[in-house]
Amino acid sequence: MIKINNLQARVEDKEILKGINLEVNPGEIHAIMGPNGSGKSTLSSVIAGREDYQVTGVSIDFEGENLMDLDPEERAHKGIFLSFQYPVEIPGVTVSNFIKTAINESRKGRGEEPMEAREMLAKMREKTALLEMDKSYLSRSLNEGFSGGEKKRNEIFQMAMLEPKLAILDETDSGLDIDALRIVAGGVNKLRSADNAVVVITHYQRLLDYIKPDFVHVLFNGRIVKSGGPELAHELEEKGYDWIKAENA
Amino acid sequence: MTDLAQDLLSSFVVAEPQLNGSRNLGVVHLRKEALDRFEAQGFPTTRDEEWKYTNLKPVLKHDYRILLKGDDAVSFADIKSYLLSDLDTYKLVFINGKYSSWLSDATHQEFDVCTFAAALNKYPDIIAEYLGKGAPKGDTFVDLNTAFADDGAFIRVKANQTVDKPIEILYLTTNENGPAFSQVRNLIIAEQNAEVQLVERHQNIGDQPSFTNFVSEVFAARDARVSYYKVQNDADAATLVDNTHVVQKEQSNVHVGTYTFGGKLVRNNLHFYSAGERAESHMDGITIIADGQTVDHHTLVDHQEPNCYSRELYKGIYLGKSHGIFNGKVMVRQKAQKTNAFQQNDNILLSDKAKVDTKPQLEIFADDVRCSHGCTVGQLDRNALFYLRSRGIPKREAEGLMTYAFAADALEYVKIPQLEKRLNSVIAEKLGINLEFTL
Repeated sequence: MIKINNLQARVEDKEILKGINLEVNPGEIHAIMGPNGSGKSTLSSVIAGREDYQVTGVSIDFEGENLMDLDPEERAHKGIFLSFQYPVEIPGVTVSNFIKTAINESRKGRGEEPMEAREMLAKMREKTALLEMDKSYLSRSLNEGFSGGEKKRNEIFQMAMLEPKLAILDETDSGLDIDALRIVAGGVNKLRSADNAVVVITHYQRLLDYIKPDFVHVLFNGRIVKSGGPELAHELEEKGYDWIKAENA
Repeated sequence: MTDLAQDLLSSFVVAEPQLNGSRNLGVVHLRKEALDRFEAQGFPTTRDEEWKYTNLKPVLKHDYRILLKGDDAVSFADIKSYLLSDLDTYKLVFINGKYSSWLSDATHQEFDVCTFAAALNKYPDIIAEYLGKGAPKGDTFVDLNTAFADDGAFIRVKANQTVDKPIEILYLTTNENGPAFSQVRNLIIAEQNAEVQLVERHQNIGDQPSFTNFVSEVFAARDARVSYYKVQNDADAATLVDNTHVVQKEQSNVHVGTYTFGGKLVRNNLHFYSAGERAESHMDGITIIADGQTVDHHTLVDHQEPNCYSRELYKGIYLGKSHGIFNGKVMVRQKAQKTNAFQQNDNILLSDKAKVDTKPQLEIFADDVRCSHGCTVGQLDRNALFYLRSRGIPKREAEGLMTYAFAADALEYVKIPQLEKRLNSVIAEKLGINLEFTL
């Protein structure tokens, strides 16, 4: 589905990603772990198309197309979704109008007709129920005054509505208590299929008890320094990141 | 003294005997005194503190015609787009400062919706009681208007009456024959527990420069409710100086909304005098202007009595090489304990060449009050833009959505849905976006 080949990114003189190689296939869940400042959020932002980085000499192949030529909105239309670590508050735009606009702009981008109002409404009901959200969410201003947990739930609600092929969850577990974590993870699991893939970016093993990865990668100092199965996450949980740092010093 | 000021002074000699109200000795004195004060002061320059950021020189240099004639050639089709088409309203239409009974629709029974000209002759007592009692003497544009204005809207809603539909006031200037200088005047009186909604617009037809010096005096008696909406979307060469002065008595509630999108230069002098306990004053507005346009909002809330509330919210969006000025003064007199005053001015610059000067000014002489104020000048948040785009919303739409959301809360108090719809469509047009999303 997505094949990242020697991805390098910098902000001004600071090199953040120093050559990332990663391949994710349909139906797979990948976890990317690593200490603070290793480049995890940069990786997710660059895939989603954030323009604040200088990205050099690479290709990100997404279903046969090089993403590097596309704007963030075009990437979204192709089926890439990023759940933000810090979702942005947008006063004056309600959740429901935002998601309607997002869905219909994405459809327009793919040359499809807008979604029928009735279908939209039914889908919103279904997905709010899935994430145990009260309907009143929909008429609130996007993320404004939301608690940390509500913001993350709202991210997964958007994911559920947009039905992406590749979802990147950037620190979705941060700021969640155990109940919210269970609900959010449960939502992600219910949205899984053989056709879509999920990349989970996290510090901790905790989330991976709920969203079970097929592959675990360790990102350190701008490079993936170790890859393995779910057992790697447990090893990290037990031993911390120091041994990784020592190995790659 | 500028040439225009000289022209005005000499024109007055010619015009004075023909002005409406010339048989009313009180009005004659009022005019003459006002003209004397104008003669002494002339037009303000950027050396005057109140005009520091707005240079009138370029718009005063035109060779304006001062004594305008009505224009019978204007048809309803010419003015239709300036009125709220999908709503039944009373309509007062003035062309070059003269009332057009042909284009107006002011049939009514209980309340006075008529012209200032008629009122000057018909109601000498009311004129003596109210005229010039709201707008301050010594303000040079007010004085100039007092000397010359002999027509405009006169609206008097008697005690306990509610005007059954909004009143639209349209001031048209036709300037095919060269630059025009127009001076019109409103007198609006809402008696005890009366209610009225007003929608007002100044519009120039033609490409020549025009200058409108407008005065509106609003008196809200005890428990009266007035909603007053100003749609300022004039032609590119038009200048408007709008002097609106609102005097409020006990428990009255007055909202003035100012929506500014057009014109070369717009200066709003909007003053509220909170002269009765528990009066509520609301003023808000949206400004969206582009290349070559200047909008200057000078507001004052003068809290004179205890327990009053004022709310002021102005949003500005500046494109191209435009210039916005906000000067919001809140005065709380010693007697005005328990005043609650809120003021906020937020601006977004959508271009590197746009400029905003914003200045809150609080003068508080009472010790038990709550006054808050704030102003911001910024650009669209890059993070928020990326967030919207990452959800599939294209850049242009994302910018439009954010800009609209930024401005929209200043429309919260618009009570006429058709007007709100109209304003939304103008905002969408000015921002070059499609506002299909209903927010």
